[in-house]
Amino acid sequence: MQITLTVNNASVDADLEDRTLLVYFLREQLGLTGTKVGCDTSSCGACTVLLDGQSVKSCTVLAAQADGADVTTIEGLAEGDQLHPVQEAFRENHGLQCGYCTPGMVMATVSLLEELEELSEANVRTGLEGNLCRCTGYHNIVKAVLAAGEATR
Amino acid sequence: MPGSLLGNAVRRVEDPELLFGSGRYVDDLPIEGALHLFFVRSPLPHARIDGVDVSRALQMPGVVAAYSGSDLGLNSMVSMLDRRIVRFPLALDKARYAGDPVAVVVATSVGQAMDGAEAVEVDYEPLPAVADPEAALAPGAPLVFDELGSNLAAGDQESGDPLEGADVVVRGRFVNQRVAVAPMEGNVVAVIPGAPGDEYRLTLYVASQMPHRVHEAACAQFGLAPAELRVVSPLVGGGFGGKTGLFAEAAVALAVALRLGRPVKWFESRSENLVGMDGRSQVQYVEMGFKTSGEIVGLRARLIGDAGAYGGFGGALAMGPTRNMAQGPYKIPKVRCDVAVALTHTSTTGAFRGAGRPEATALLERLMDMGADALDLDPAEIRRMNFLTKDQFPYTTVTGMLYDSGDYEASLDAALIAAGYDELRQQQAERRASGSRYQLGIGVSSYVEITAGGPNGEFGAVEIEPDGSATIRVGTAGTGQGHATSFSMIVADRLGIPLDRIRFVQSDTAEVPRGGGTVGSRSLQLGGAAVSGATDLVFERGRSLAAELLEADPEDVVVDENGRVGVSGVPARALSWSELAATAAQRGERLAAEVDFKPPGATFPFGSHVSVVEVDVETGKVVPLRHIAVDDAGRVLNPLLVAGQQHGGIAQGMAQALWEHLAFDEDANPVTGTFATYGIPSAAEVPSYEVSNTETPTPYNTLGAKGIGESGTIGAMPSVQNAVIDAVSHLGVRHIEMPTSPERVWRAIEAARAGHADDPWRRPPAIFESLPERVRRPPPPGGEETL
Repeated sequence: MQITLTVNNASVDADLEDRTLLVYFLREQLGLTGTKVGCDTSSCGACTVLLDGQSVKSCTVLAAQADGADVTTIEGLAEGDQLHPVQEAFRENHGLQCGYCTPGMVMATVSLLEELEELSEANVRTGLEGNLCRCTGYHNIVKAVLAAGEATR
Repeated sequence: MPGSLLGNAVRRVEDPELLFGSGRYVDDLPIEGALHLFFVRSPLPHARIDGVDVSRALQMPGVVAAYSGSDLGLNSMVSMLDRRIVRFPLALDKARYAGDPVAVVVATSVGQAMDGAEAVEVDYEPLPAVADPEAALAPGAPLVFDELGSNLAAGDQESGDPLEGADVVVRGRFVNQRVAVAPMEGNVVAVIPGAPGDEYRLTLYVASQMPHRVHEAACAQFGLAPAELRVVSPLVGGGFGGKTGLFAEAAVALAVALRLGRPVKWFESRSENLVGMDGRSQVQYVEMGFKTSGEIVGLRARLIGDAGAYGGFGGALAMGPTRNMAQGPYKIPKVRCDVAVALTHTSTTGAFRGAGRPEATALLERLMDMGADALDLDPAEIRRMNFLTKDQFPYTTVTGMLYDSGDYEASLDAALIAAGYDELRQQQAERRASGSRYQLGIGVSSYVEITAGGPNGEFGAVEIEPDGSATIRVGTAGTGQGHATSFSMIVADRLGIPLDRIRFVQSDTAEVPRGGGTVGSRSLQLGGAAVSGATDLVFERGRSLAAELLEADPEDVVVDENGRVGVSGVPARALSWSELAATAAQRGERLAAEVDFKPPGATFPFGSHVSVVEVDVETGKVVPLRHIAVDDAGRVLNPLLVAGQQHGGIAQGMAQALWEHLAFDEDANPVTGTFATYGIPSAAEVPSYEVSNTETPTPYNTLGAKGIGESGTIGAMPSVQNAVIDAVSHLGVRHIEMPTSPERVWRAIEAARAGHADDPWRRPPAIFESLPERVRRPPPPGGEETL
């Protein structure tokens, strides 16, 4: 089938198999490999991207469902060499180790900070429940998210 | 400025590409024309394979090839436990666990390979199976390998009665449940065959902690000369002990690429990973004798390691690190440790964060708490009175380990102060007195562990490039720990070359001639020490060159604050590193050095943790409130990275104590094969951690560093379990197995309230009476290998 969408501010026309998941469309057809696959039950959040500004797990969305939508991946977050404030906060606070969960964690954070009415450790922890990390024990991720929240408010 | 970097919280140099999303892991590599593999796996835990028919799969769209084990004719892989335990990368006559690969389908897309795999017909004859290691060792159990005549893969017993003379003996049967390694990136490979005339016949990209070991194993498997194969690990999404060797699917991928002459890829799904990359699993029958004063008289342990189907290293850990560490940080005059390693119809176990040392600490720290309870002593006090003291190092344990350095009491004191221990006990007393539904538990653990064991040292090289930048090549293979940062800090600190002018190279057999990899928390203390040694040699060479060119005494030549090499206090008389490299090049020399660093032995980090939990006595739910860790890994090079290792380690220990369990049903079918069913925690379940360090340097390397990668897990697991039990001990509960799930906690409380609290002890299985006598072999130089 044919779809037309915007990915990282660029218009994309694509021809794809109906069953193609958004994550594989991004990774394999567009070469945007920053978005990762970490499970097969929509549990880990490594594939999180923004769909019309809201975080979604791109393994749970058909590419067809993104027809006409605006998709932002980790590659589209920074302004050139300038890291997005959330990326900067992760770097500043050692919020990543192996880096595999990081793109999903960062994209989930961007969306979470838009949604949160009150910035608190408890709210951040609950808000990131759908994103798993095996390296950091979440300590510095939470610290980074709180710092990014402070910086952008 | 030279000399000012080490010991500082330097931000990581490797982060930008990870944050921009531009870094490449194996599955991200653009490989033109790559075919995709998908494995047909046994749905049965134990079955005779009467036939594999791939003919229908070959008719499916996009399928290029499909092979059974006999089609590929691969050599077997031999277990380290017994040479009769052999594994064929694709099972031939028998499937021995649910998930055992039986056939492989090769197609132009992953989806087509999966569809093709559906069309492979395998004729299985189901056979009885056993998943429980104790049941596997009982007479009449279904055998994993008929050739052995039993499921005992290895084992032996020591002699004597270490409990003789005790006033009080405490006993328990403890289960250190099976846990999954579960790095966020599972196993993954890409193989590119070389065209005729290419430098390499095969290039293997693999997510690995030990690419040089993979290289060696692959050359042996396929009869390749070392120069014919290049192994590269690009970015790796976590390792934790699970990515150490040539796994079955990688061997198949190599074989398929060789046969078809086309590049192939395989990416392990999470469902495959959770039934394939299994960590530790151990059952412990342990007894400790005390004098009424609280002084330890002796320890008797009977351990059962679960090796899974193909005799995995995970089972052997009971005979290695757990036994070796059985004395822990205490004065224990006598230790007897008997070990049986069982084969089961489950995925083959391997190493996972801590690898045998969490189990050693778990048994000791449960027994110490039981001893404290029996003798009415405070858990902190009974530990303190039994610690080895700081004037006793170096110290040889009764299990034969040579402890390099330590100050155990200092770490316990620091942890108790940081926790506000006395105040916590006061709060606990108040909650108990008030009969609150939410009871407070305080768990203490002290540990000592082994890092950088093993007879092999590590390779490190430093070279000054013509432009004055530096290149580090090292044989360790980081998977997210921050080696690029910490190793570059060593070079920058000594040579005055800025961090962003240092190139860090690892995990490529074309660039690094040899390497032990990153396991057993060895990297900084071995690889870092090698890089440090090479840096010193480069500095000496640069200094003598500069002295010659500047007509100065080499003793007067230093690196100045601008990173130039010149006469101390005379800024005009200095040369840049690029000028020195150019001079060396004119003379046909490289400004470079290589070092193979070999330490005198393993190092022994230690520490103490205090964990605070809240238990809802009506529902059994446990909420971890605080976790305080004081871990001593010798001298700290970058506190930011050390704290990061502590955090991740603590989360893992806490997760095993409270949630994670890779479980099988009675018929050996896995029941926790996805992230939807396996209890891996999210940020919502864990608290922030309170971590700090004492610093007791090791004399074994110039950095004074020991390992920190696994300490958090080793210290946290027992302190969290102890905290849960402590929260309800006043109700009569004596022990709760891990994971301390709401159901288990609730049942333990109910049983105690009804006046029949479970006795944690039961009679050890009969297998221990028939184990052969242990033959003590001298450990290899540097101690036994740990992962």
